[in-house]
Amino acid sequence: MRSKLVLKRMLRNPQARYGLLALALLLLLAYIGPLFGPHDWTEKDFLAFMEPPSGDHWWGTTQIGQDVYAVTLRGMQKSIIIGFLVALVSTGLAALVGATAGYLGGWADRALMWVTDLLLVLPSFLIIAIISPRLKGGSWLWFVVLLAVFSWMITSRMVRSMTLSLREREFVLAARYMGIPAWKIILRHVVPNISSLLIIDATLNVSAAIIGEAALSFFGFGIQPPDVSLGTLIADGSAKAIGYPWLFAFPAGLLVLLVLSVNLVGDGLRDALDPGSNQ
Amino acid sequence: MNEPTTGRGAPVLEVSDLNVTFRGGVKAVRGVSYRLDRGEILGIVGESGSGKSVTSLAVMGLLPEGAEISGSVKLHGRELIGAPEGELTRLRGKSIGMIFQDPLSAFTPVYTIGDQIAEAVRVHQKVGRDVAAERAVELLDLVGIPHPDERAKAFPHQFSGGMRQRAMIAMAIANDPDVLICDEPTTALDVTIQAQVLEVLKTAQRETGASIIMITHDLGVVAGLADRVLVMYAGKPVELGTVDEIYYRPRQPYTMGLLASIPRMDRPTERLIPIEGNPPSPAALPPGCPFAPRCPLKADACDDAEPELERIGTGGRMAACIRAHEIDLKDLRGADVYPVPEPPAGAVERGPREERETVLALDGLVRHYPLMKGAVFKRQVGTVHAVDGISFDVREGETLALVGESGCGKTTTLQQIMQLQAPQGGTVVVLGKDSAKLAKAERKALRRDLQIVFQDPMAALDSRMPVGDILAEPLRAHGHRDGKAVRSRVAELLTLVGLAPEHAERYPQHFSGGQRQRIGIARALALEPKLIVLDEPVSALDVSIQAGVINLLEDLKDRLGLSYLFVAHDLSVVRHIADRVAVMYLGKIAEIGEVDEVYGRPAHPYTRALLSAIPLPDPELERSRTRILLEGDLPSPADPPSGCRFRTRCPKRARLGAEEARRCAEEEPAVIRLAPAADHGAACHYPEDPEDPEGAGGPEDPEDTEAVAAPRP
Repeated sequence: MRSKLVLKRMLRNPQARYGLLALALLLLLAYIGPLFGPHDWTEKDFLAFMEPPSGDHWWGTTQIGQDVYAVTLRGMQKSIIIGFLVALVSTGLAALVGATAGYLGGWADRALMWVTDLLLVLPSFLIIAIISPRLKGGSWLWFVVLLAVFSWMITSRMVRSMTLSLREREFVLAARYMGIPAWKIILRHVVPNISSLLIIDATLNVSAAIIGEAALSFFGFGIQPPDVSLGTLIADGSAKAIGYPWLFAFPAGLLVLLVLSVNLVGDGLRDALDPGSNQ
Repeated sequence: MNEPTTGRGAPVLEVSDLNVTFRGGVKAVRGVSYRLDRGEILGIVGESGSGKSVTSLAVMGLLPEGAEISGSVKLHGRELIGAPEGELTRLRGKSIGMIFQDPLSAFTPVYTIGDQIAEAVRVHQKVGRDVAAERAVELLDLVGIPHPDERAKAFPHQFSGGMRQRAMIAMAIANDPDVLICDEPTTALDVTIQAQVLEVLKTAQRETGASIIMITHDLGVVAGLADRVLVMYAGKPVELGTVDEIYYRPRQPYTMGLLASIPRMDRPTERLIPIEGNPPSPAALPPGCPFAPRCPLKADACDDAEPELERIGTGGRMAACIRAHEIDLKDLRGADVYPVPEPPAGAVERGPREERETVLALDGLVRHYPLMKGAVFKRQVGTVHAVDGISFDVREGETLALVGESGCGKTTTLQQIMQLQAPQGGTVVVLGKDSAKLAKAERKALRRDLQIVFQDPMAALDSRMPVGDILAEPLRAHGHRDGKAVRSRVAELLTLVGLAPEHAERYPQHFSGGQRQRIGIARALALEPKLIVLDEPVSALDVSIQAGVINLLEDLKDRLGLSYLFVAHDLSVVRHIADRVAVMYLGKIAEIGEVDEVYGRPAHPYTRALLSAIPLPDPELERSRTRILLEGDLPSPADPPSGCRFRTRCPKRARLGAEEARRCAEEEPAVIRLAPAADHGAACHYPEDPEDPEGAGGPEDPEDTEAVAAPRP
């Protein structure tokens, strides 16, 4: 009932509508697109190096004969997965830490907020840059964990302050006076009631994570070869962007489109979930 | 509307056929017409959503964009609907003043009260800055603010609620308006403060000769103030007449029901008479008379067309009901027409109070809050004495009401009981178990027997859970794992509180306020508790709905053998539902005893003032009553007066000798039983003689104090 209403309100907003459409098309492209391409992303065509787009290689080839179409879509898959996973983990962490700190108060609150503040002042980019080469050979999931660990703090503080006011609400008091344990109250009453914040935050986190991943990969700290992501592709293509624009334009263009559409959806969701916004 | 002119010349304000439609086709106001003569007070009464506030906003031209207004509003014969905004701005504040419900949001927090009133003067009058400032002080003096010249320099947050509302009145009358629109001006205030503000309003009207439109849901306030009353229902006026006609001879079934459903402090009845059902949503009005689905006098013809206001008898009496003439002829009353609910069957006769089990006992409960200052290094700068040593007990099957004004510590007391932790001082004993000595498992087990119903039915239910889950939550928390048994218990609970089992599928926001409160009660009953704490359970509900919920609470108590601790500020409701009552003042109990004793022979001066401040829905009684008006506001609980906490406002103290008065300042009175036979105690050194038959012998009667004033040994 409520979700239907939110969807209706969101679709009434043209920006959100286009964002959603673009996001859907990009997802389709990333996952269905490779099936239609003539080449696999691991294939190397030794007869075509640095070829411009043609009938056989739709988006051209790289200097080692990889099909740009296949490789870019593969990179986009990775970027999307990382983006969504990071968003999920970081928002979940933010919700749990913030709600627990706000609800329990006292020393639990102080300890958790101390950790939050500590992580906030640490230079995350630098730390990830230092740690990630050491994880070479390990799973790329470690990279997700690293990105997530450094992106939940501000949301968590927001969640905490919302929990502080929720804690005094009568339905939470009622649950407490009923003898329901604290963790159940947090999961069942507190978190669902800040879900609109969390949904918006998760969406916007997706684009932040995609950009973060791309930036780190660009400098060689993120996804390690032979695996590819939009970041590594842009890094490879940027040097030759003038002479061989297809190496750079396709991954960079898709990155911009992806982040833009996610942001449009996020803004649309915020307007749709916020009863005060006037539409 | 062809109302006879009353011979007092042209009306000041004439509203005819006013309609307001909001976007989406919500008809908030449908065909309101009235006239307001010079110096007249018109009460507009109705429940929430009846369109009474929208009507006045439309008159002021303050409706938000997107609202369609049709009809005519004439101020001194000049049409206001469709007038240019500039002209309306000149009129607002000059010819029409407005007083809102929430005085805090009506003032800008960054300017002083004096500046804001002076500004109101200077906007409409060509006077100098100093003259306007002087006028502001004069106005503040007029509305009874002590030391007006100093207080004019204070900011809004430095004023208490009652003071702010006085300042609001001062601002509204700054330019001698012809019409003063008061929208629920006292709803947010305590009764004793309400009594003060209503007096100020009367003074203001006398001084300015303004006509007043008094919008309220409180039939008691209107009874004592208004000359004529307009009753609204579903956006439409349903009855109009002089105050006596409306209160003593209502001719429209809704008005009749409304009057019959109010619990009366002066004449308690066995059962309240609720109006069944809920007011219709303005977006989906039924065909024909909007009240027909709830009306006990409904005939088939009622569904055909909506009745218009029609003249009844002679004079300016009007009612919108096709059977109004019949009602007039038979002189029917609400109590004749509406079915009186059956008293609950199988009420158990209980033994005398002393022999019954004690379910809750408080002994010297103390709760102080430290007052902290400083951001980095917090240091304690004082102590808020929220609850300062109160004792009472609740026996099995009885209802103890805890009454008092806001800030007296009622809610803190409740929290202390509900938390089941060791209190700062004193003891809380629930069902024979001391809360300080409970192990964790025992505490959880005890929660089964101790449940709470909250004031705001909107906030008390998690809007993200369906009703079935809300009711199942306490069951699951206390070990009911079997899904089928839980479901059948939920259905049983819903039936118990007068809802249908299929309601379990819906979410709380699909229910009306009264129904939601029933869900809250059902949740409290889920674990078959012995004691239920009711925190203002009906104060957020409309009168006609309130009666049904009170009846339900009474039935449940008798059927399930419950005990209630009932916290309320509405003394009429308390008189109806409670067996015993404890009056609190500033963290202390001022008076405690059986309801009839306390209401019939109040011994503490505070109780007397409280009782006399309550407006009664009876115009004649209201006119003949003398009120004991308390001076000033509740002192801050951070700095309570020494000795007797009530002494700073006590009307009786003025009549004591210096020697006797000193005792009030030095020695704190304890609750003393007044008569050995009666269950009645008061914390006053010089209680009113309980045998004094003239219960409200106030300060206007200096004779009766002499006997009481003798110090007790």
